[in-house]
Formats: sequence, C-alpha cells, structure tokens
Amino acid sequence: MDEERITEHPILGTYDKGRLVTFTYDGKEMQGYEGEPIAMALHANGVMVHRYTAKKHTPRGIFCAIGRCTDCVMVVDGVPNVRTCMTPLKEGMVVETQYGVTTKKEALG
Amino acid sequence: MKRYDLIIIGAGPSGLSAAIEAGKRGMSVIVFDENERPGGQLFKQIHKFFGSKEHKAKIRGFVIGQQLLDEASKAGVEVKLSATVVGIYPDREVVVKIGDGVEHYKGDAIIVATGAAENMVTFDGWTLPGVIGAGAAQTMMNLHGVKPGKRVLMLGSGNVGLVVSFQLMQAGCEVVALVDAAPRVGGYGVHAAKVARTGVPFYLSHTIVKAEGTNHVTGVTIAEVDSHFQFIPGTEKHFDVDTICLAVGLSPMSQLLKMAGCQMDNSGKGGGQIPVVDESGATSVPGIYAVGDVAGIEEASSAMIEGRMAGIKAAEYLGFEEVKTGDEEFEKEVSALDELRQGMFAPSNRGKKIEKTEEGIPISENLLKHGFVADDEIERFPGVTHKVGIHPVMECTQNIPCNPCQDACSKHCIHIGSHITALPAVEEDRDCVNCGMCVASCSGQAIFLVDEDTGNGHAEVTIPYEFLPLPKEGDTGKGLSRSGQPICDAKVVRVRTSKAFDHTALVTIEVPQDMAMKARFYKAV
Amino acid sequence: MRIDRSKDLGPCLPKEGDDRIICRCEEVTQGEIRQAVHDGMFTLAEVRRYLRCGMGLCQGQTCGKLVARIMAQELGVPVSEIAPASSRSPMRPIEMATWAEEKEGGEV
Repeated sequence: MDEERITEHPILGTYDKGRLVTFTYDGKEMQGYEGEPIAMALHANGVMVHRYTAKKHTPRGIFCAIGRCTDCVMVVDGVPNVRTCMTPLKEGMVVETQYGVTTKKEALG
Repeated sequence: MKRYDLIIIGAGPSGLSAAIEAGKRGMSVIVFDENERPGGQLFKQIHKFFGSKEHKAKIRGFVIGQQLLDEASKAGVEVKLSATVVGIYPDREVVVKIGDGVEHYKGDAIIVATGAAENMVTFDGWTLPGVIGAGAAQTMMNLHGVKPGKRVLMLGSGNVGLVVSFQLMQAGCEVVALVDAAPRVGGYGVHAAKVARTGVPFYLSHTIVKAEGTNHVTGVTIAEVDSHFQFIPGTEKHFDVDTICLAVGLSPMSQLLKMAGCQMDNSGKGGGQIPVVDESGATSVPGIYAVGDVAGIEEASSAMIEGRMAGIKAAEYLGFEEVKTGDEEFEKEVSALDELRQGMFAPSNRGKKIEKTEEGIPISENLLKHGFVADDEIERFPGVTHKVGIHPVMECTQNIPCNPCQDACSKHCIHIGSHITALPAVEEDRDCVNCGMCVASCSGQAIFLVDEDTGNGHAEVTIPYEFLPLPKEGDTGKGLSRSGQPICDAKVVRVRTSKAFDHTALVTIEVPQDMAMKARFYKAV
Repeated sequence: MRIDRSKDLGPCLPKEGDDRIICRCEEVTQGEIRQAVHDGMFTLAEVRRYLRCGMGLCQGQTCGKLVARIMAQELGVPVSEIAPASSRSPMRPIEMATWAEEKEGGEV
C-alpha cells in the first residue's frame, strides 16, 4: 500500500496519521490509519470501485472527496449510503461494496 | 434557542476573516462549518500566495489558514465544526445539524460565507472511478497524503488546473497532459510556465472525447475542437492514464441566501446564482451579509478582505463600532480590495483577450497557447536583462497584483514601484549578491539567478525547486528548456535550502554558456 | 419571469451524447432531460419533479448547471433565463431521525 501513500512531501513533510488498524473490504483484510477517511484507506489499498449504481449498474468511486457528491458511498458496518470520504476509519470496520442500496450483487439482476 | 450577536456560516478565508473583525469589536460570534476541519480550501493550498505583504503574499495557503484560526481564537470566536446549516428562517433563525440532532440559533446578524462547489463537464465515461474533481485530488494528496493516481490527465488551464497539476507532481504523480477546450491558458502565465518547464504538454483547444475503462479509468482520448467547441475528426490523441482530473470552474453555493429571501442575480456573472450585495456584502435582507466565493467567484486573498469588510460593517450595524472609526478601517479594506482587482486578470477583464501589458509590451502568445514564453519572446520583458556577473532574471510577463520580489531584494536590484501590477524590472546599477531571496519569494517561481559566463564556456542558472528527491551537489542530468525539453547537459553545483526560503530549494546548475537564457529546469537522468 | 408555454420546439431528434448520464445520483441521461423539455417541462423545478434529476443525495450540487445548460439549448434561450430551482431546507441530505431530533433550546 506504500506505493499509493506519499511518504515525504517537499512542502508538507510527513503527515500526521493515526495508528495503523485493520479493517475488512468485502471480507478481505486491509490496513489503514485510524481516523483517516475510509475512502483514503481504500485508495491506498488500490480499491477504486466503491459501488454499482441502482439503475444502470455502473461502477462509481471517489469523485469530490468532500462529502458533496455522495458517489463514494458504501455499506459500512451494515449501514448503506455511508459517505466513505467523510467517515473516519476505525479498527475492525466492515466495509462492503454497495450494489444499489444493499450488499447483494443479485439485487441488481 | 441560543443567541449570538453574529452567526457566520463557513469557516473558510472569508468567514474566518469576518469573524476576527467582529470578535475584535466585542461581538459574540459563532462560526459553523460542515467540514471536520476549518479553513475551507486554505489547508489544501500549499503554494505561496500572490499579492502584497498586506495580503499575506508569499505565505503558503495552509499557513494562512492556521494564522486565521489563531487570530479567531484570540478574538474569542467560537468555531463549531461538523455543524451543517440546513436552513435560514425569518428573523435570522439558523437551523444547524450537529451530531444526530438539529439545533436552533438566532443571530442579530448573519454572514454567509459558504464558498463554492466545483463545476463539472460530461463526456463518455465521466462517471467511471478515476475521474475526479481537482478539489478531490487536493484533498487526497495535501490533506491525507494519498496519491490520487500514478498517471493523471488534467482538464482545465485556469489557476486551479495549473496549481493542482503542479501539486500532483509534488505528490509524486505524473501529469501526462494539461488540456483545455479554450484556445488560451486561463490562469496566471507563471503558474503555467512552472508546469510546462517540467515537461507537461499543454493541449489548448482540446477536450476529452471519452474516458476509457470498464471498472475504472485506464485511458483517455482527447481531440481538438473548433471555435464552436465541436470535435475536429482525425485530431484524436490517446493517453494511458489511471486518473482524469477536472478543474473547470466553480459555482457559488448560494442556496441558503436564496432561502433566506435575499434578492438574487441569475445573470451568470460571478460564476452562477449570486446574491445582490452592496460594497460591504450586505444583501437585500437587513442583517444578512454574503462574502467570499458565494458572492461571486474570486481568489482567497480577495475573499479575506471581503470578510473583514463585512465583519466591520456588521459590528457597525449592531452598534458595536463607532461609525467614524469603522468607516476609516473599512475604507482601508476598500482600497486593498481595489488593488487586488487590478491587472490582466481583474474581474473586469474576464473573458477579454489582453494583447499588451500595461507597459505596452505585447503579451507572449506562446505562453497563452503552450504554457511557456518562447525564447524569442522572453527578451522583451523588463525583468530579463544581461549583465556581467550574477543577476536576477524575472520571467514575469503579465500584470498581476504581486510584489514580494521587490521587498525580497535587500540590494534593491528589483523595481516594481507603488503600482502593484507593474512588471518587475531590473535596476541595472545595483549589484546582486546572490542571496537567493528573490527566487524563493516569487510565488510564481518565475525568478532565476543567472551568471551568463562563469568561464570555460559555462554559465550557471539558479532555479527554484519544490520536488523530492532534491538533487545533490555533483549530480549530473539534463537542463530543460521553458517547454520542458532536454536541451543540454547540466551539472548541479549548489543546492541551497533555508528556513527563509520556506521549502523552496534553490538548485544551481552549470550549463553550456549558450544555454544561460534557455535552461530553466533540471532533470536527473 | 414569464415562460412562453406556447413555444414550438419541433420534434425531439436524437442527439450525440443522449445516453450520457448528467445527474450522477439519480442516473438521468441527457436524452431524458431533452425529452422532458419537449414534454413541456420548461423550468428546473419541473424537470426535477418529472425526472428526479437534482433530487438525489447531492441535491443537484453537481448537475444543476449541466441540466440548466441542456434545457437552455433545447429551448433556444440563454442559460440565465432558466429559472433556478427553489432552495428549501434541509440544504444537505439528512436522516429523518436526525431531522426530527430537536436538541436543547430547540423549541421555536
């Protein structure tokens, strides 16, 4: 995951990060920093697709990253439509791809 | 219901500036912001700001953000974060979502400083993951230390597109092209030039045909457009990218003002629907003010002044300020704002093609079309002169309100004068001592120190450098032209860093003598 | 602003990009918006109610301008003549439980 992280920035130096925690993405164990938006942890792990839309079943991911567009919503700890760009990562979080408004791929037919 | 003298919505540059002025005058002030962090977009701005000393020029945006927060806390201002204002009702009642409930507040005055939202353009595949807004890119890399992508195509040559392209490279991403449907670069020439000299090609009069990929972006096709913005067949160009970044303008987020019953202007000036306001930001509803981007898209520096003006006027309106002293301070801000709104990029010049500088020098056409000043154009500007020994070369070719370089030189080699938009000129009879302060102070990274003849057929060029890894003394690589093409061998002879340079390193390269006025960047090989 | 409802727009002919999503939240395409104008929806508010574009989670923040531009083109008028949608509370998506949870001092 280090490849996607900026370890040292010419202007900002290093970033203040929380402790490294483990969470799951569609059942797969991943690591991210506590308190960073879930979307950042996913991106650092190479996850691009957050959900598939209800009508046309097309993939969506991060778009505005500031909680405005709501394209990055996923099912987090069983709750759908959670804006992953705004929600801080916690140890043991269960993050799942959202199909329409559920975690069920079949729901999209 | 909780009462405050003043409720401010938005803790960005304008909202915080208003809060500071009001707080200083003894008002009880609360600022609501829907974000987790204050500062609006300031904390994502890592470049040095333009302007004059009074406008916080040459200070980086995120540092300004911290300064404003400190001043606000000193002025007794309460800043409430993750607090979303969901409505403004009659008699200045404000409803705020905080946590899992809503709270009601009442302000004797309200200042709306909600800022702007990004505009978007559509093309086939624009909903694919990997197509992101420029603001998203800044959030990812500058706040969270995550690279938005490995290979990025930028759409939009306004200041946001240019600045974010540079920031992407600072974050370690590759920018494969900068594209704009307009025929000319929209942002400051100096911002364009610092991107172009690293080798990023500019495609003006081009736009995106489609984003490619099934589950996420794997490539992009662009094509040239005619004067009616229609694609010209056969001009398609493909790039392998994983990220497409959109920087195509901003729209004011003015819905709250409309809901509050303020008279609105839908003509499109100011970037979208804006409230009708007077000089102090007062809307048609007594006691409600609007400042910053929500009242018309501009720069953060003018937003801060607008905020201060509304803060002063709100204090006066509620009797916290003697009208006489308030007016004096207000007038100072008025002239400061007026100064910022001068030059080529002044709001009054929007959409116009400026042919000549205020000095009567023809503008570099190449800069507008390709992002860099051509070798045969550069000599006509007053910052570019020749001299024996080391001397500053200021490739500042457009009139923008900015003058830190003049103060930076303790030997007075650089002259702008009292007219802040004037191009910097070299004072021929003054001697440069090679301190490097001018290079580091130029927000546009447009100043170089050049010694055109160091003997043995060599010349030395000192360039501002804000990337990692930093070259080391003795390194050898290529000297790049203003267009980013390798034009000669270059040897790093000196690397200077200093607190006074504020993270801008000064890299001195030795190049063949005939490259002294051509080599403007260094690339390791 | 008065809207001329008698305006003859002619037939709604297919156009390049009709399949393209304009409203990302509700997945409304350019073609659907153009058709809605031809069906008699001349204001943003009408198109919103007809197609739901701009009524999803982002509340039209992303597509508002794009929809207005498509409508203006179809109607042959400047964008400034497309009446903006009305602004009403809540300005941001909010859960009903939260909306109903009046906190201390909440009584009006």
